[in-house]
Amino acid sequence: MSTTTSSPQGRGTRSRPVPTSTKPKVEPLYYLFLFPAVVLFTLAVSLPAVLGFFYSFTNSIGFGDWEFVGLRNFIALFQDPGTVSAYSFTLLFALTTVIVVNAVAFLLALGLTSRIRFQTALRAVFVMPMVISGIIIAFVFQFLFNNTLPGIGQALGIDALSSSILVNEDLAWLAIVFVTAWNTIPTTMLIYIAGLVTIPAEVYEAGAIDGATGVQQLWRITLPLVSGYIVINTILGFKNYLNAYDIIVGLTDGGPGTATRSVAMAIIDGFEYGDYGFQMANAFVFFVISIIIAVVQLRITRGRAAF
Amino acid sequence: MTTTTPTQPTTPTGPSGTGAPAPRTKRRGTGIAGATNWPATIVLLVCTLSVLIPLLVTVNMALKTGSQAVDGNAFSLPDPVSFQSFADAWELTNFPRGFAVSAFVTILAVTGEIVISAMAAYAIVRNWDRRLFRWSFFYLLAAMFIPFPVVALPQVRLTGLVGLDNPLGVAILHIVFALAFNTMLFTAFMRSIPLELEESMRVDGATTWMVFWRLIFPLLRPMAATVGIFAFLLSWNDFMMPSLIISNPELQTIPVLQNMFQTQFSNNYNVAFASYLMAMTPAIVVFLFTQRFVVSGLTQGAVK
Repeated sequence: MSTTTSSPQGRGTRSRPVPTSTKPKVEPLYYLFLFPAVVLFTLAVSLPAVLGFFYSFTNSIGFGDWEFVGLRNFIALFQDPGTVSAYSFTLLFALTTVIVVNAVAFLLALGLTSRIRFQTALRAVFVMPMVISGIIIAFVFQFLFNNTLPGIGQALGIDALSSSILVNEDLAWLAIVFVTAWNTIPTTMLIYIAGLVTIPAEVYEAGAIDGATGVQQLWRITLPLVSGYIVINTILGFKNYLNAYDIIVGLTDGGPGTATRSVAMAIIDGFEYGDYGFQMANAFVFFVISIIIAVVQLRITRGRAAF
Repeated sequence: MTTTTPTQPTTPTGPSGTGAPAPRTKRRGTGIAGATNWPATIVLLVCTLSVLIPLLVTVNMALKTGSQAVDGNAFSLPDPVSFQSFADAWELTNFPRGFAVSAFVTILAVTGEIVISAMAAYAIVRNWDRRLFRWSFFYLLAAMFIPFPVVALPQVRLTGLVGLDNPLGVAILHIVFALAFNTMLFTAFMRSIPLELEESMRVDGATTWMVFWRLIFPLLRPMAATVGIFAFLLSWNDFMMPSLIISNPELQTIPVLQNMFQTQFSNNYNVAFASYLMAMTPAIVVFLFTQRFVVSGLTQGAVK
């Protein structure tokens, strides 16, 4: 059965499911191909997700006895200043980084697809940061922010830069935005390059004939035609930046105080501070917020794309 | 992508917004004399400094002696040039062991991601009319919406319980968290493979197992290259998962070791930077050899 029917079976995959009662049996090998993925996923993602959700209703500290506390963790979450500040930092950071990264990456992509010299070499240089580990480049920049930038700030007489911005409660987050942007602009830029090279030159020629200026071409031709790529970059970017962890650990470790403590850091410290149940409630809320942000983005951008 | 460039859109403005003359005729290739956008070229060349300075500072600091590096001056040239810091960092962080652990995790993750995702994608594409396979696909896609921090702590407990609080456990997690994206890429790619190829092979008596390994899997090579490179980068550079999952500090990966030795590096900036440089180098080397695939792969991934 399994070998003789393989041909019609394969053909059936191309069309929509046909409601026939005589569907050939699926060859067992296909289950063998599918199951490693499904089983691994269930054990490594679904199971811990369910466990975490379960513990969010308990007062567990990560080991030993625990009791059900109902929704107490969730209520405490909204009253905990540490949690609230972690959320406001993370959201502000993610929003700022998405804007900065997309703006810079788009301009770089425009430049790199225009008629420039040394195109291959320039592309290689601008892609390079994406291959470097976030935490390691964070250590390099930590050195620059602590030892080099203050010297430059003093020489130029800029007060805000005369001491390390990493110990400045109001400015430290900008350092994190900067390093994150440095590390993640290449990926975003490559996606924009992919988008820009699909625009046929004829479109610009037609625009030029109609007397469109450079700025008009950018707004009326380029941006609308790459809007799909802007959507991809924004959604992927938000998803990554909301989970900010490595670079913060390397730069400030959440400091000064808790000024740059991200939600991911707060959740992960749940064992250390013995508030596992509480942080699992936090994780669940964080998960829901991430999904809401993604859905809202899809809604908004879909409207734009139609325009 | 890097060698032969398709027709480039003549972008109206450089990044400087200098508004280069707009009307251009369609031309193949780039950098052809007469039409070079010099303002854009110059601005981009200046911008490369932001990428190059941190990397050059890393090399510069690593080549100093301890007594010279201690002043923390990033731009003074090494005098004398010394390679002692590399030896010190090699010893201090036990680099060979860290390298072996990182390599183990990365090789396993790369192989696992390619093989498991490709197999799952094949099963899903060929049985798309079956509910089980269709639903499995959407089930896997859900992973894209579950960030690792959300399941991290229960995961730490589970891996501890089953004895996977080691590099093997990290490799498995790398595979799983990349499953969704990779399976999506492979299914999209596989739908473009004509079924006739497979049928003719089956007529000759090939089993599904043979069809997959001898025909489908080799055809997936371009997509496997993309998946493999990104698997390599994410796995080699990851900090969060190994730092949480691996309980024995002696079995830590290279990025985690950099964090563990921060206090011991303290003001020995030359040793610290030598260590960072040794940690970065494998990824940079791999990148230099594969950048063609990185660029084209991301392009395909974005389009699909």
